[in-house]
Formats: sequence, structure tokens, C-alpha cells
Amino acid sequence: MAFAFFGGVHPKGNKQYASGRPVAAFPEPDTLVIPMSQHIGAPCTPLVHKGERVLLGQKIGDGAGLCAPVHASVSGTVKAVEMRPHAGGTTMLSVVIENDHLDAPSPDIQPRTTAQVDALTGEELMAIIREAGIVGMGGATFPTQAKLSSGIGKVDTLIINSSECEPYIVADDRVCRQYPKEVIGGVEILMKILALDHATIAMESNKPQAAICLQNYLAPGSRISILRLPTRYPQGAEKQLIYAVTGRQVPSGGLPAAVGCAVFNVATCKAIYDAVYGGMPLIRRIVTVSGDIAMEPKNLLVPVGTSFNDLLEAVGHSENPYKVLSGGPMMGVAQFDLSVPVTKGTNAVTILGSKNRFLAPTPHCIRCGRCMDVCPMRLQPLQMYRAQRRSDVEEMKRLSLLDCIECGCCAYTCPATIPLVQAFRAGKQQIRSAAPPRK
Amino acid sequence: MAQMKYFYELTISSSPHIHSKTTTATIMRDVLIALVPALCGSVYFFGLRALIMVLLSCAGCVFFEWAYRRLLRLDSTVHDGSALVTGALLAFVCPVTLPYWCLLIGDFFAIVVVKQLFGGIGRNFMNPALAARAFLFSWAAYMSSWVVPGFNLTGAWSTADAVTAATPLAAMHQGSLEGVNLLSLFLGNVGGSLGETSALLLLLGAAYLLIRRVISIRIPAAYLLTVAVLTFLFPRGNDRLTWMAAQLCGGGLMLGAFFMATDYVTSPITKWGQVLFGIGCGVITVVIRYFGSYAEGVSYAILVMNACVALLDRVGRPVKFGAPKKEAVSK
Repeated sequence: MAFAFFGGVHPKGNKQYASGRPVAAFPEPDTLVIPMSQHIGAPCTPLVHKGERVLLGQKIGDGAGLCAPVHASVSGTVKAVEMRPHAGGTTMLSVVIENDHLDAPSPDIQPRTTAQVDALTGEELMAIIREAGIVGMGGATFPTQAKLSSGIGKVDTLIINSSECEPYIVADDRVCRQYPKEVIGGVEILMKILALDHATIAMESNKPQAAICLQNYLAPGSRISILRLPTRYPQGAEKQLIYAVTGRQVPSGGLPAAVGCAVFNVATCKAIYDAVYGGMPLIRRIVTVSGDIAMEPKNLLVPVGTSFNDLLEAVGHSENPYKVLSGGPMMGVAQFDLSVPVTKGTNAVTILGSKNRFLAPTPHCIRCGRCMDVCPMRLQPLQMYRAQRRSDVEEMKRLSLLDCIECGCCAYTCPATIPLVQAFRAGKQQIRSAAPPRK
Repeated sequence: MAQMKYFYELTISSSPHIHSKTTTATIMRDVLIALVPALCGSVYFFGLRALIMVLLSCAGCVFFEWAYRRLLRLDSTVHDGSALVTGALLAFVCPVTLPYWCLLIGDFFAIVVVKQLFGGIGRNFMNPALAARAFLFSWAAYMSSWVVPGFNLTGAWSTADAVTAATPLAAMHQGSLEGVNLLSLFLGNVGGSLGETSALLLLLGAAYLLIRRVISIRIPAAYLLTVAVLTFLFPRGNDRLTWMAAQLCGGGLMLGAFFMATDYVTSPITKWGQVLFGIGCGVITVVIRYFGSYAEGVSYAILVMNACVALLDRVGRPVKFGAPKKEAVSK
């Protein structure tokens, strides 16, 4: 049984562009830029120097605390360790590697047999996951090991997120269709670590092929079940997904563990399988490169560090891009420098043409209330916007502006094309900077 | 500097980067489309003057909107179509015999005084068309002369040959259903304001608005149900059902419930606020019809409730996702 979350919108899925395209290998670029922070938490410290030779899968950055190490995604020579632009819009310390196209593997990469894996304890499995640099690949990039270790004992429900609800993106869909064995294997590892005897793969109804592929790998009476959910944005948002599966509401400001849930993306499950069985760290990921002006939309297996320029070149576009997004059109980040690299959380690069221009120069709210009808957090975007315009921090707090998940439903649906999400992002900063410093 | 293989003029903005097809202009266009059936009916019942009234009123509203914002060097809001809707609705709630100069005064009042002086589209707290109608009752003689339908005013410029009579609502105001034909009332073949007489054609337009999701059913349903229940419980005519049906189809109730009370700007945005708003409109309408000195109460009922919107929205405020409550934290 699935619960229906409140609100949401139905943007045109446009998944047909890339959903029929099997994952293709990507001609490896000559230069890769690997940022030292591809996760939420403390950035890594580089472990290599300029001029040093690195091998595929070799750890090139690590740190303490909430951190996920990064690895060389090809073999080659370190050309520089310097600040480079990244998709978040700022610059970040990155290791620049000149590819020697040999893909000489690091000796650390040691596959394990099924018997060896079965002998591993939960602690050992988590250590492997940490060393492999695995983070949440749906976009949030929270270090997976940290989520697991904080969830043990608290979590009674394991949810696997295959509800890729953003338009155009089919990367997770392709993962399920082409790597069902790895996905299921990864889910079983998660169940072992969390000591749970059941897991639910939550999937939107517009991915029938993916459901069939996974179902074929599940033995009858399997401890893993597939739950089909209605196709509605933002079905894949963590809080909405937990509600859809369990009917539990993550409390305001709380984590999923507060209601006994842990959510992992399907691509993360595959990465866990690859790390545990193949010994392979997270150095490649599947990226959907699509968009309304993409000539030949593709799903590419891309080494982390590949530039957006290379991806645009691989698919082509029929007119000059109006926007290039890291991610999908509802929550993606618009880029201004296409030399930025693909990171562990980049599930898509979306190329949009100029017909997506829609903002009015001077928007006038007509109080239609659509923003409220679609807000999946049941907030009051109209009042929040007015409070933000007045920079009224107290009112913004009272309206729970910090609970906004920035899904974009309100701005998508606003007939006056008011940039609501932009205002809420600014409002969050105002609230945070107005808060007294913590002691 | 990082190497750039290509240079494009890329646009940066906050997400989302796509938008639904619905804009203010498409909403206003839908409302205008929904008014077309009733306008056709009006031309059929009252003649070509009905059409001229509507066109003139629309032109007047657009002109005042354009001129005001031009004079004050504000951005033009003519293209959003809201002035057209106000113009059409104002003509709809006036008698078809109203002199054109009087109509234009109403347009001026609606656009400049009620709407623009409060800040323009989205800022007014009263429905412009209804407020202008109330204002036009300064010329009460013009505003309460109702022509007999079917007479067909051929003269667009002169209304001297019009035959006027009491409306069915006026009869009902006396507490009797004498001379009230329910079918005529439903079809609109009765005396009354330009666009309010045909319940059937207004319902047709309302259905379009509901299907296009321009309006929600909450306000009209609460409004009409309240009127239905009250008139059924306290009938004044012969039998309850006929009395209730006549009250529902008579006067400006259908036009008010579907096209005026649902005006976004002047109605609540919270779901429960909308329901309460509809109930309030219904109660006041019946009270005025029963006890007031005017036969019709729809426009005053909506105007009074317009003033309560901020309060109603506070009452109907939604409970946010994950708010601390008993059932949120399970087990």
C-alpha cells in the first residue's frame, strides 16, 4: 500500500528522449578535474602532488570526520592541484589528471568471491563502503557510511529510491534495467549492515521496464519488495518518499532516522555492490545527457572528473544552449562555465533551448493560491514570498521557510512566474545569518 | 583560467528551469471564454446592445488601466487580460439599458479607484466589478430598470422604446412565486442584469472553468449549498423545492458564485478559508434577499466577505508536513 503525499505537480516527463538509450561507454577525456569535495561534509585533503603518476582507483584525497575519500577515475599524471570551477557555482580545490589512456588499475582493487563477502561483518562492509568513497548518488551526496553507522539500531525500514521524478533524467531507470543483479546485491548488503529482513524498492509507475528487470532478479518470496508509486513530482524527494512508503512524516528539521527510515538511491546500491564484490571505488557514474535541444540524448558511463563540455560534445545540440543544468530542470543548477566536472552526485546534464525562457520582468501575484495547493511540505509560499520581500526574518521563521525543500513546484506552477524558489533560498540565508552565533 | 572549448551565452537563474503552460494571461483568457455562452444568451434575449455594452466596458477598462499605469510610469499590465475580465464582468452585472456614460464611470471606478489605487492587479481587496456596481447605484434609476427579454433593443443608441418590468427576484422578494416560471428562470428568458439571467449558460461556462482547473469547486459549492439549504428550510413560496430552485436560478447567484466569489485576488487561498467564504456569502445573500430592502443580495454578500479574506485565511492555515502532532511520530 502506498500513501499519497500532498501537493506536487505533473511536469511533462520528457523521459522518452533518453529512456530507450542503453548506457554507452564514454570516450575517456584527455584531462579530468576531480574536486576534493563531492559530498556533504568536510572536504578531502589531496594525497598526491603535481607530477605524480596515479593509477585508476587510487585514492587521491581523504579527510577526517564526515568525509568520503575521492579516487583517480583514470590512470595518468597529476598535472595540477589547484582551485577549479565546479558545478555548485564556486571554485574548489581539485586534482587535475592528464589521462594516459592505459587505465592501469591500482593494486588496491581486489575483487572478492561470494564466500569472502558472506564472511564479512557489518563493520567490515561499512569500512569498505567508506574506503570506496560512496555517497548518496541521487544528488544529496551524503556519505553512505555515515548514514549507515548512524542508522544502525534506529532504522526499521529500508527504502531504496528509484523514483527518479525529475523530467528528462533516466539514469536510475537505466541502472535498474541494465544492472539489476548489482542493485539487488547492493540492497542485500545494506540489509545485512542494518540487520533488517526487509527492504522496499520504491519506484514510480512510469518505469515499467525497470520494475520488470528488478523483479526478474528477485526470487519468489524474496525479502525485497517493489512498491509502485504514482508518477508525480516530487515523488523521489526523501520526505515525500518516506511518507509514500510508510505514512510517517519526518519531523520538521529532523532526519529520516527519526521515523525509523533510511533511504538509499539505486545507483548507490550498485556502487556498494561494485565496491564490495569488485573492490572498485566510486569513480564512474551513469549520467543522462538530455534536454529539449539535445540532438542525440544519451546515457553515458562517465568517469568522475569529465567536463560538461565533453558531454555536450558527445550528444550535440540543435541550437545554442540557453541553459545547461547540472541535474534536471526542476532542481538543477544552471552553469555558466562548461569546464566544470561531473561529480559523484551528477545524475544528469540537461541542455535547454531558449523556448524555456519564462520569467516576467515584473511579476504580479494574483493570489491564485496554486503555490499552496502544490507545496508538498504544505507551506504557504505566497506568504513566505511576501515576508522575504520585506526581509522579515521573524515572519519567515514563523512560516517555517527553512522547511522548504526547494522542489520548485510553486515556481513551476505560478501563473505570474514569480521566482519563488530564488526568494526562499535568499530567505534561508537571511534567517541563518540573523541567527545568533552558536557557542 | 580553465580551458573553454566553446563559448555560449548561458543564462543563469535559480531553479526551476521549466514552467507550466498556465500564466495569468491564459487564466484570464479562460475566464473570458467561459463568459461567452452567457453573452450569446444575453444578445439573444436583449439584443445587440448587450454585445456593445460588453465591448465598450472592456475597452473602457483596458484604456483606464493603460492610461493610469502610463501616467504613473508603471509597467503596463494590459497584456495580462485582467482589465478585460473586469470590463466584461461589470457589463454583466449592469442592466442592458444602462447609459454608456454611466458604464464608463463604472469602468473608471473599478479600474482606477478599486484596483489601481490599491496597487494594481493582485492588490485590491474588493472585487472591482462588484464594487463598481455598488458605486453605480448612485444612479439608482438607471441601475434598477429591467427590460423585458425578447423585446430586442434594436436601437443601440437609444433605450427610450424599452419596456421595463419587475424581475422574478423582485416578485420573490415579496414572498411569492406568482408569475415566476422556473424553466424561463433557468434558461434566462427573464428580466435582470445583462449577463446574469441564464443559469444554464453560466453553468456551461463554469463547467469549462472547472475542467480547466481555473477555479476550484469549493467556493461555489459552499455558496450554492448554503443558499439551497437555507431557502429549503425557510421557504416563502408555495413549495420548498420550487422556492429553492427559483432562489438558486434567480438573480445574480450563478454569476456571483462561479465568476465573482471565485476571483482569486479577493477570495481566500486556503481550502478551509474558501469553504467558510462560500458559506458566509450564502448566508448574507439569503439574509439580504429575505430581510433587506433590495431584492438582490449577491453583490453585497460577496463584497462583505471580500473584507473578511485575511481573517478566513488565518483560520484555514494549513498544517505543515512534519509538524509536531500525535500521529506524525508513529510508534
